Amino acid sequence: MNYVPKIDRRSFVVGTAAAGAGLTLGMTLPFGAAEAQGTPELNAWVVVKPDDTVVIRFARSEMGQGALTGLCQLIAEELECDWAKVSWEYVNPAWNVARKRVWGNFNSTGSNAIRQSHEYVRQGGAAARQMLIQAAADAWKVPAAECTAANSVVTHAGTGRKASYGSVALAAAKIEPPDPKSMKLKDPKSWKIAGKPLARLDTRDKLTGRQKYSIDTQLPGMLNAAIKACPVRGGKVVSFDAAKVKGMKGVKDVFNVGGTAVAVVADTWWHAKTALDALPVVWDEGPGAKVSSATIAAFLKEGLEAQTQLVGNKTGDIGAALAGAAKKVEAVYAYPYQNHACMEPLNATARYTADKCEVWTSTQNAESVLAAAVEASGLPFSKCDVTVVTAGGGFGRRGRTDYVTQAVQIAKQMPGVPIKLLWSREEDMTQGTYHPITQCKLTASLDADNNVTGLNMRISGQSILAGIAPDRLTNGRDPAVFQGLNAGGAEGALGYDIPNVFIDHAMRNTHLTPGFWRGVNNNQNAIYLECFIDEVAHAAGVDPLEFRRKMMKKHPKHLAVLNAAAERAEWGKPLPKGVFRGIAQQMGYGSYVAAVSEVSVSSDGLLTIHRIVGATDSGHIANPLLVERQIAGSFVFGLSAILYGGCTVKDGRIEQTNFDSYNSMRMAAMPKVETVLVPSGGFWGGVGEPTIFVAAPSVLNAIFAATGKRIRSFPLKDQGLRTA
Amino acid sequence: MISLTINGQTHTIDVEPDTPLLWAIRENVGLTGTKYGCGVAQCGSCTVHIDGVAVRSCSMPVSAAVGTKITTIEGIAENNVLTKVQQAWLANEVPQCGYCQSGMIMAVTALLKDKPKPTDAEINDTITNICRCGTFQQVRAAIHAAANA
Repeated sequence: MNYVPKIDRRSFVVGTAAAGAGLTLGMTLPFGAAEAQGTPELNAWVVVKPDDTVVIRFARSEMGQGALTGLCQLIAEELECDWAKVSWEYVNPAWNVARKRVWGNFNSTGSNAIRQSHEYVRQGGAAARQMLIQAAADAWKVPAAECTAANSVVTHAGTGRKASYGSVALAAAKIEPPDPKSMKLKDPKSWKIAGKPLARLDTRDKLTGRQKYSIDTQLPGMLNAAIKACPVRGGKVVSFDAAKVKGMKGVKDVFNVGGTAVAVVADTWWHAKTALDALPVVWDEGPGAKVSSATIAAFLKEGLEAQTQLVGNKTGDIGAALAGAAKKVEAVYAYPYQNHACMEPLNATARYTADKCEVWTSTQNAESVLAAAVEASGLPFSKCDVTVVTAGGGFGRRGRTDYVTQAVQIAKQMPGVPIKLLWSREEDMTQGTYHPITQCKLTASLDADNNVTGLNMRISGQSILAGIAPDRLTNGRDPAVFQGLNAGGAEGALGYDIPNVFIDHAMRNTHLTPGFWRGVNNNQNAIYLECFIDEVAHAAGVDPLEFRRKMMKKHPKHLAVLNAAAERAEWGKPLPKGVFRGIAQQMGYGSYVAAVSEVSVSSDGLLTIHRIVGATDSGHIANPLLVERQIAGSFVFGLSAILYGGCTVKDGRIEQTNFDSYNSMRMAAMPKVETVLVPSGGFWGGVGEPTIFVAAPSVLNAIFAATGKRIRSFPLKDQGLRTA
Repeated sequence: MISLTINGQTHTIDVEPDTPLLWAIRENVGLTGTKYGCGVAQCGSCTVHIDGVAVRSCSMPVSAAVGTKITTIEGIAENNVLTKVQQAWLANEVPQCGYCQSGMIMAVTALLKDKPKPTDAEINDTITNICRCGTFQQVRAAIHAAANA
């Protein structure tokens, strides 16, 4: 089975409602700030103003990953415009509904913002270029074919006449737009803007405090809300004593929010939070209150031996391979819950009247926010509006809309008043949609020559799709649990030529809500597979790099990336005394990644990660500077999780409530990261997540090399290891 | 009423003395460049300068800041000219989401005032802010670049 991210159910709802809403709104409204200022668009993606400024429309989400700059580069490349004159604006999802989804998908999860939209955004840029050329040609009364465009100037070859884009923009906007699909796109080899390490478009304001995040939303008459949901997921509000806090300074009101949470609305958030902390609430915690980490672990352990539910990868005859093995290796691994912990806690501002519901928020899918506003407000699409604000991190958490629903539910109880709902860090930590918890039992068979003849993996644990997108299950089963372990496909194929493979899943769901957490199921699958392969190599007495190479002949792209990392890291060359290497590789979100880590472990458990080499083949690259930062950042994200992360459960509650108990990497533990980009062309893979897969296993394998100790459950802080 | 001197301007605000300085700055004064990340002095997103010293404003009562010179991220660039730290951040393309960077820049600015040429060990000891995007490699490069500017 190959896991391909599907459109969110909410987006689908938006899509099917789009045509009707378009008719309702009509097509004459300006769609964007630039147009509202009097300049008509060339098409959905491009506005050129008379002063030569180019406004590029960005329909995905910017949460630090750089998709904004990368997509603008791709459009600007085909538009042949002056990069220095490029500005940008977010697309309001309500415009998309009104215009039959001309901007396509808004989703920014699954490392897909660029790889899913690169073609149609470039076609948009190319179509706009053609219109500008045509307008100049018309003015000169020459054939458009005799004109060329470069650097925001149209030139007529025969006469040498030149026209700036701005000077022909208004005329160009009146030309019948060509079919974007008919546009011939440039060969990436001739790119001048795309593929280059250009500076981001959104850096400067992030240095001065001017950048507005959702949490900074300010509206006239706005009030602030603090919220507390039942600490046990699935529980309900029984009662609360609003009178106890209504007299507190600044407090305006106290509300039941959706039956599962209580919120205090006040003049300031600090007043709201102070009152909320003092508010007596009686909860019906429900059956989840009986659950603990120990009960979940036992539940998953039972799943390791239970009947097969879903087979993800079946090749050859695993039974025969195991029966005929000269040597067998077996291990059980476990991976804990993780919280996204975006630096900007979840928040949304909403204003509700009987005629309109408006939302201002940061999100990874603005269409989902619109759909949530429709659902929570009870108003039709045509009466809902979403203003997208830059996100202080997303990591998958902002693909959910629970916080938007709550904001609208509160605003609905105070019509006409804008309400900014902000989750405390404690709420963010304890009301997460957690990286799912799983265990995995692995068995490998070796023949007398130490060749791997069979690989058996049983994954037991929670399904994300069952928890938050049950309509995407296949006959009640979740094929996404096999990310990176699939027999083939362009998304996440197993990279080893093992003749007999059997990988299956036993779904074991808990009361906690799972979620897509940057890297998703690849994270634990890569740890399971790549640490175990290392165990098998050790049992075979073969160097872990050589052992892998021998099994990768039919997977040349996986192998090439592995080799690229190994070569840069000078695998096999002596290291300083006490420093040891570990290696790992994986494919996911269409990209191939590998890493070599160098670590030392002191006798009293101080782990130092000195250096990591990360190699990536993402096919094409929109901007290598952005990719390098995604790779370095992915090491931080993946390593934070295994070093210090892990959410535990007691009495049904998540025990980690802030960064003091759910720590994250800081400067002192940061290794030196070297990136090796080996784009082989011909495909577009994602880069926001894949490196996370190899971060943990490469370090864990190096820890084994250093200590001789295999660690199979996490975080490492609970296994006697610490960092500086 | 409490009087605060922020970025050279005096603000008189109606706020309880035990309100964290962070929320007084964000909600009562209206300067939102200083960020809320944890509320327990763990992450450093809320870092400001009190008389030139880096302080995590989420855990300092506003009353303790009375009579001091408070500087926020909005106040370090004079006449809109970026400081050498901000310029190094720009040249090294440090921010990803950028949410933690106000605090990061304030912490680094204070460090460089104290130690104009910090070693990596001094950086590790002093800059303990959390960045979930993982910009530390660029932060380190930019600190050295600013120190050598």
